[in-house]
Amino acid sequence: MKKTKLALLLELFICTFKIGAFTFGGGFAMIPIMEDEFVNKKKWLTAEEIIDVFAVVQSAPGVIAVNSCIYIGYKVAGFWGAIVATIGIVSPSFTIIALLSTVYMQFKENAIAMAALTGVRAGVVALILLAVVKLAKRSVKGYFGWTIATLSFLSVAVLKLNPIYIILTAALVGIVFENKASAKKKEGDQ
Amino acid sequence: MPLLLDLFLTYFKIGITTFGGGYAMIPLVQTYMMEKGWLTQLEVADFIAISEMTPGPFAINIATFCGIKTAGLPGAFASTLGVIMPSFIVILMIAIFFSKVYEKKTVQGALSGLRPAVVGLIATAAFTIGMGSYFPNGIGGIIDFKAILFTAIAFLAIKKLKINPIIAVLLSGVIGIFVYM
Repeated sequence: MKKTKLALLLELFICTFKIGAFTFGGGFAMIPIMEDEFVNKKKWLTAEEIIDVFAVVQSAPGVIAVNSCIYIGYKVAGFWGAIVATIGIVSPSFTIIALLSTVYMQFKENAIAMAALTGVRAGVVALILLAVVKLAKRSVKGYFGWTIATLSFLSVAVLKLNPIYIILTAALVGIVFENKASAKKKEGDQ
Repeated sequence: MPLLLDLFLTYFKIGITTFGGGYAMIPLVQTYMMEKGWLTQLEVADFIAISEMTPGPFAINIATFCGIKTAGLPGAFASTLGVIMPSFIVILMIAIFFSKVYEKKTVQGALSGLRPAVVGLIATAAFTIGMGSYFPNGIGGIIDFKAILFTAIAFLAIKKLKINPIIAVLLSGVIGIFVYM
């Protein structure tokens, strides 16, 4: 039986809510959870498609977590999908901050919260590294791919450049190489 | 200008000019908050620490926090709506448009460059978070070997036992309490 639109929207909400609730350490830290939910469990996207989503939403303003959810929401269930996914990713932050806003100074000095967070950070590094290994196998190929991946890593990690410059440069380099490759292929055909 | 509208517009501006993730918006947030007198520099700095301890994207966290401090719950709605509105509009247009041009040679070319670049960027996130937890007082300060070991064990455990990422985050927090208390 085909799922009703409402059931699909509810599923989308739960999924994005989970991503919002368990992401610590910034947008990219949610990529492992996102991949698990959208690709492995729900099969709304293939492993190849999700990296394209990350690539495309990077070139738009805003934060990657919210941007990816809006995009995937639209892809899964159209305009209302985008709305529901946005509400889903935003509500955990919104609720927690609204609740914490009065006691946040105490929270900052809470030893248990600090200890838990130190553990979460160390664990999240492992999660992201695993995602990187998996994504690299699929999306980083040959000298061309590895050069771009390494330069992209170094320019943000070491040189602290804004990722938007990396995105724009990588897209341009990709287009130039693609044109060269197809020009060569044409020569070869003649 | 009514405060709610001001909150909405200010965060809209922050949202539309932020490229490259939430942390890229910190300088901009600092400038606007002090200019408007909504948060002090110390409050922003403190909030960055708080935001790292609570889940969700920094952009949403700071918008909600600032909104609630200046105008209560309606303020939180206004500023959060403001910060996500630009993304929502732009991403929706991209989503509608992108499927139509996906097969085009130029787009495929751009993607062939973008895919490895994105993998590099994701690796940067691991690097930044790792550096923050292995060198809690900055490079050259003390090294937290426990955290390095923690990551190594977590890496192997998640890989071998195929632990679900959400469970892995929760487990890391619980184990963290035992290790660091």
